[in-house]
Amino acid sequence: MAQRTLRRKIERFLWRKPRAITEPLVVRWTAIAITFTFIGLFLVLPLAAIFTQALASGLTAYFRSLWDTDTLSAIRLTLITAAVAVPVNLVFGVAASWAIAKFEFLGKSVLTTLIDLPFAVSPVISGTIYVLFFGLHGYLGPWLKAHNIEIVFAVPGIVLATVFVTFPFVARELIPLMQAQGTEEEEAALTLGAGGWQTFARVTLPNIKWGLIYGVILCNARAMGEFGAVSVISGHIRGLTNTMPLHVEILYNEYNFVGAFAVASLLTVVAMITLVLKSFAEWKFKEESVQAAEEVEGLPQ
Amino acid sequence: MKLVLKQPSILPGFGLTLGFSLTYLSLVVLIPLAGLFARTATLSWERFWHTVTDARLLAAYRLSFGASLAAACLNLFFGLIVAWVLVRYRFPGRRLLDALIDLPFALPTAVAGIALTALYTDTGWVGRWLALLNIKVAFAPLGVVVALTFIGLPFVVRTLQPVLEDLDPEIEEAAASLGAWRRHTLRRVVLPELWPVMLTGFALAFARALGEYGSIVFISGNMPMKTEIVPLLMVMKLEQYEYAEATAIAVAMLLISFTLLLIINLLQWWSGQRHAAVR
Amino acid sequence: MNAKTTLILAVLGVLAVLSSVSLAQSGAAVLLNVSYDPTRELYQEYNEVFARHWEKETGQKVTVRQSHGGAGKQARAVMDGLEADVMTLALAYDIDEVSARAGLLPKEWQSRLPHNSCPYTSTIVFLVRKGNPKNIKDWDDLIRSDVSVITPNPKTSGGARWNYLAAWGYALQHNNNDEAKAKEFVTKLFKNVPVLDSGARGSTITFVQRSIGDVLLAWENEAFLFMEKVSKGEVEMVVPSMSILAEPPVTVVDKVAEKHGTVKLATAYLQHLYSEEAQDIVARYHYRPTLESVAKKYAQKFPQIPMLTIDSDFGGWQVAQKKHFADGGVFDDIYKPG
Repeated sequence: MAQRTLRRKIERFLWRKPRAITEPLVVRWTAIAITFTFIGLFLVLPLAAIFTQALASGLTAYFRSLWDTDTLSAIRLTLITAAVAVPVNLVFGVAASWAIAKFEFLGKSVLTTLIDLPFAVSPVISGTIYVLFFGLHGYLGPWLKAHNIEIVFAVPGIVLATVFVTFPFVARELIPLMQAQGTEEEEAALTLGAGGWQTFARVTLPNIKWGLIYGVILCNARAMGEFGAVSVISGHIRGLTNTMPLHVEILYNEYNFVGAFAVASLLTVVAMITLVLKSFAEWKFKEESVQAAEEVEGLPQ
Repeated sequence: MKLVLKQPSILPGFGLTLGFSLTYLSLVVLIPLAGLFARTATLSWERFWHTVTDARLLAAYRLSFGASLAAACLNLFFGLIVAWVLVRYRFPGRRLLDALIDLPFALPTAVAGIALTALYTDTGWVGRWLALLNIKVAFAPLGVVVALTFIGLPFVVRTLQPVLEDLDPEIEEAAASLGAWRRHTLRRVVLPELWPVMLTGFALAFARALGEYGSIVFISGNMPMKTEIVPLLMVMKLEQYEYAEATAIAVAMLLISFTLLLIINLLQWWSGQRHAAVR
Repeated sequence: MNAKTTLILAVLGVLAVLSSVSLAQSGAAVLLNVSYDPTRELYQEYNEVFARHWEKETGQKVTVRQSHGGAGKQARAVMDGLEADVMTLALAYDIDEVSARAGLLPKEWQSRLPHNSCPYTSTIVFLVRKGNPKNIKDWDDLIRSDVSVITPNPKTSGGARWNYLAAWGYALQHNNNDEAKAKEFVTKLFKNVPVLDSGARGSTITFVQRSIGDVLLAWENEAFLFMEKVSKGEVEMVVPSMSILAEPPVTVVDKVAEKHGTVKLATAYLQHLYSEEAQDIVARYHYRPTLESVAKKYAQKFPQIPMLTIDSDFGGWQVAQKKHFADGGVFDDIYKPG
């Protein structure tokens, strides 16, 4: 990455125009047009549909339906769920990618595949496995009941299902990044006498910072939006175990379309904000690598 | 040759991080999944086989696989164009488009399903024009494809983007300076570089589409033998209190997904090897 | 460090939210009512009325929590550990299963309260488009080739099973109890169904919001509620010549209530449903009341038609379920290829 920006700068400096490595204007504009149509049809239109429905009865109705006790408690539960699921998966993601990217050991590719597994499991199944395991007739159910521990149909179950669904996001983002960075810098730090944690905090962390943030943002977005898995395990108790996506379904089933789409639009807004944050993270990341490149340039030959 | 469990390294923390990862992985993913298999094992082999090869389920496999395949192909084709445009061209609105790509990750699938259904029924914004052409999207297999395309789009684009950005323009320049036509350069030079990643993105979108439930139940119409997907049939088994049969369907789906993922990772490994060899 | 302060703030915020959640739970006695979809509005009002009644009687405050969803899904949740003090579901079959599979309540639960434990009943009617353009009057019209019918899937929706059985019962009566003819009738009917939603409300939305189909099979109370709440004048109700008595039962879940120490409260909650005050609410939310005096008051609203019952005409839910809706049953045959 850094090398490329460096080369671009040199090219610009030498006034060397890039040769014919782009397509004719017609092709370019057709491709752009296709992109706009495709994204418009598949992403923008559904988005527009959500907001038109949400605002169908005007702004006051929109805000009134958001300011409802059940809606607020759904928002709160969603925030709690994300606040637990994301950090837990963050710690796991960093640990797993440290082990996988920095060391060579037997069974590494199996481990990588297993980390990806929750990605391909149908959400309905991921909710069901916890019910089968912790439910009254599950393997741990009787024990949990005897000790009065509630997991399924309570907040812990919802958190667990969310953790499962968002499991791979951070690790998947970090592993290739850390693999590409190699182990040289860490080894140098260790040779110079730094401790293990110190090396991680001072050397590794700054290197993976933006990748980490990107992973966290995706993980968070998915954690807030998960429907299938949570629906199986929540028990749908109004004001207690309804997350925002579940509350959308409930309102929709009550023929309260404005309310349903208002909550949905709120989720969309949260998603958009995280997406903007993500773009910012990426932009920052590029900026930093440009800076790094400039520093390299400034070094005496 | 001596079996090497772990190559020596001066970096610390291997035991700690691997141990933690394995414990966490086991607790959250492996043990609960094992429970699924254990529950299925209570069925006799004949009953299992009968359950997973039921005529309605076969029709559902056909739809799930067919629609997922179609959606993944659509995503591969359009995703390639989108990723190319976003990486290579500069035009107003590019950043906005780029940010939008992740939307299907974040939007609850049920909301996506409801919104798409509203758009594509005969009275919807898009559906009413398609109705004039006698094309039925919502409550037809085509609707399933539309929803799955929505779900899978980011996987293809986001896998392709970083690779496209890292693609060395020098090779293209070289080809161009040697007098190659642009489309030849694209076909002979750029495309082969992209193949492994395209496969990865394709397989990811495909695997994700196979398991999708939330959006499909709204748009498909759930007609037996016609627009039922596999996860729905699993839910129906649960609805009849047939837990073991439901887990049997889940296990069948899981094995298929796992195989797919393994293929993805093998492909990645293979392309990595090839890459290393070129270097 | 800036990042550190934000992190600390975030953690503090989470803790604050968590503690506020646990605070909200203290205080009044709590009852969990696990119900099916269309009773939301009814119980919203009844819970308040009951809370007032209970406080007047005993001085104790009570909060009733509600959980709604498809009847089968709700019953499964109770079996798997959702701690419902009372269940109020769409059909007795699902409660039977909870009793048989999880042993949370005795087998003869249905005889514990009056009217088969059904404080309110309903029936199956048709909703058609304004002016009834296809002139749909009775079950016969549903198998006409030019009519498209909307009903949810009997495999996933309790309400849809009543729809199906009503059609089956009509066909039997009009064909001298010839089962082959009845099967032909329901087969034709379901060939006219373009969309099988997984739940009753999904079907209603398909019919009205998406403008699909000429007639919707619906619970009478749902039809009333829908005409009142959503579509004013877009649809009309048609009452067929005969239908089925839909009996949504209620029960205390003994094992859970014993554990919570809420047996008395839960029993009173259900018994009060039979009181005049509650029966009036029931009728206002368009269910047919079982109390004579209230039924008389609302006689105008609910037309009297011959109605089949599940126990006398179909041999009870266990028999009906096995014959029609289990895997390999009559309903599956309808969609057999070829």
